[in-house]
Amino acid sequence: MSVPHLSTAVLSTNFVADSIPKFTQMLIALAVFFAVILLIFFLAARARGKAQTPLALLIFLGPAVVLLLIGLVMPAIRTISLSFFNADSNKFVGGKNYGWAFTDPDMRKILITTVLWLVVAPIFATSLGLMLALLIDRMKHESVPKSFMFMPMAISFVGASIIWKFIYDYRDPSNAQIGLLNQVVLWLGWKNPPNWLLTQPLNNFLLMVIMIWVQTGFAMVVLSAAIKAIPSDVIEAASLDGATGVRLFRTVTVPMIRNTLVVVFTTILIAVLKIFDIVRTVTGGQFGTQVLSNEMYNQTFALYDNGRGAALAVVLFVGVLPVMTYNVVQLRKERANR
Amino acid sequence: MTVESQQTIPTSAPPPPPPPEHREGSSAAMRASFSTPLASVIVVIITVLWTIPILGLLVTSIRPQKDVASSGWWTFFTHPTFTLENYTNVLGGGGSGGSGGLAPFFINSFIITIPGALFPLALASMAAYALAWVPFRGSTFIFFAIFALQVVPLQMSLIPLLQLFNNNFTIFGIHIPTPVLSGYSAYLPVWIAHTMFALPLATFLLHNFISQLPRALFEAARVDGASHFLIFRKIVLPLSTPAIASFAIFQFLWVWNDLLVALTFAGGSNNAPLTARLSQLTGAFGSKWELLTSGAFIAIIVPLIVFFSLQRFFVRGLLAGSVKG
Repeated sequence: MSVPHLSTAVLSTNFVADSIPKFTQMLIALAVFFAVILLIFFLAARARGKAQTPLALLIFLGPAVVLLLIGLVMPAIRTISLSFFNADSNKFVGGKNYGWAFTDPDMRKILITTVLWLVVAPIFATSLGLMLALLIDRMKHESVPKSFMFMPMAISFVGASIIWKFIYDYRDPSNAQIGLLNQVVLWLGWKNPPNWLLTQPLNNFLLMVIMIWVQTGFAMVVLSAAIKAIPSDVIEAASLDGATGVRLFRTVTVPMIRNTLVVVFTTILIAVLKIFDIVRTVTGGQFGTQVLSNEMYNQTFALYDNGRGAALAVVLFVGVLPVMTYNVVQLRKERANR
Repeated sequence: MTVESQQTIPTSAPPPPPPPEHREGSSAAMRASFSTPLASVIVVIITVLWTIPILGLLVTSIRPQKDVASSGWWTFFTHPTFTLENYTNVLGGGGSGGSGGLAPFFINSFIITIPGALFPLALASMAAYALAWVPFRGSTFIFFAIFALQVVPLQMSLIPLLQLFNNNFTIFGIHIPTPVLSGYSAYLPVWIAHTMFALPLATFLLHNFISQLPRALFEAARVDGASHFLIFRKIVLPLSTPAIASFAIFQFLWVWNDLLVALTFAGGSNNAPLTARLSQLTGAFGSKWELLTSGAFIAIIVPLIVFFSLQRFFVRGLLAGSVKG
């Protein structure tokens, strides 16, 4: 182990000095927030008579409603209107931004890449998750593999991206390798592997692997629970009728968990449609890997084109809307069935 | 599984993995119909495959810089070399080309995440109580409106909200003056943004739970003359602890792992969290893998600790919240 050097000493003094005001800010914010709530509660609890209920509503519901109006409703309306204006939002341009979004050659490529993501990643993650859920259902110590496969879901996409960018690291075959993927294919006898992250369209699939790595555990845990919830008499009746193995799976298991399958699939679909962190961290959207959500961010915050940025946000919204509506309605139905 | 935990999750979300002796549902017949040692072998192989990436990260982060640059991390097992220098470097800023250490950003992550989880939790549980137990005209409408807001992706809010927070908001060419939030505290915009974005889901989930509490409790309390405020503090909060804990963990991890909100409302500045800084460094550090891996490990260790220590709550909360927009 090496001797800790100068940076450690610098770290300890500056670091503490810098951190104290930050924690002070946080503690003041928390103290003020909760003190105000408690004070209002204390005062309002003394109200008597007719004003009681309206006052309680105002205090309990008011803050959430106001924050939602300012934070989501008003901005959504404004984003829609901004999407019909130019970059500086001072000239009405009609549908020009949308025309650009669907006809510009670069944008087309971005949309195609996004659709490719939408087709590949959710299908792989869901079917792999389903397969694992079925296999795991037959194991004695299922919680251990479940925990490990679910683990990627706990860490950030940024962390996952760094982990995988390292795996995809490319070096010329004549050098010692540090990227696992390149080393494995060299061991397997591939003499001249491509420079992974620079090769189109291969790099898009490599990025999707990160998403699949993260989402498979989620799919597996949810589907595994659904499989366990199938009443055992259904399975027994089916097996008395001679259904076994794949046939049992196809005719009984899958139909019984169909709703859950759809919810898992659509949930991953939405996550993929909004994928941002992975592309941004691994390639920055270069080398033909740009996707809708990251381009929206770039147009807005790198190119300062509020019109185009807003138009892309609306495209994203319209894409998410049907799937999300379905999901949310589905959630409600399941709740009603309880 | 308790009744409470079922109510926590409005979705098809599962109970936490039950211990083997409590298995129910899938029958012996079904298990037998596929059961082969092959199934276990496949699962073990995939589990190992799933874990290798994180193992590679951990191993690389504790190898000396010259070894990381000249040989693969898998050679560690035949030629083990060990150092913590990468961690002191990446935290303190040594060896990173003058770009400063990650330690302040690690602190920022906590500073952003703790209020970013507590604020929405408090406001949402209050709103959920009002919607569930204070009858008034329009209650159903407001509940559905909040519920429906879950479909709005937060990308729709970024531009207008940033303009609003920076006193740069105009309607029909008229400038609407608004307070510059970052003038009060550099973290205020990001705290408020996270609070706003969390409210629809938080209110919905907590409402599911709070509305299922026994009616008799509330009626008895009202008869005794308790105010809504007393009922909220003495009945709702204590009884809702499981739901609140699940959502708190979910929201803590969501905010900790978030990049988009952080980049927009705290990005580029000295107040950015680890995710934003790491994403930036991935370009700047290029191939300094010993620093990137140790930096990434610092960022993921907190969620991993939460995950392994609170797995039950975590899985519940995460699954319940997996539809968050």
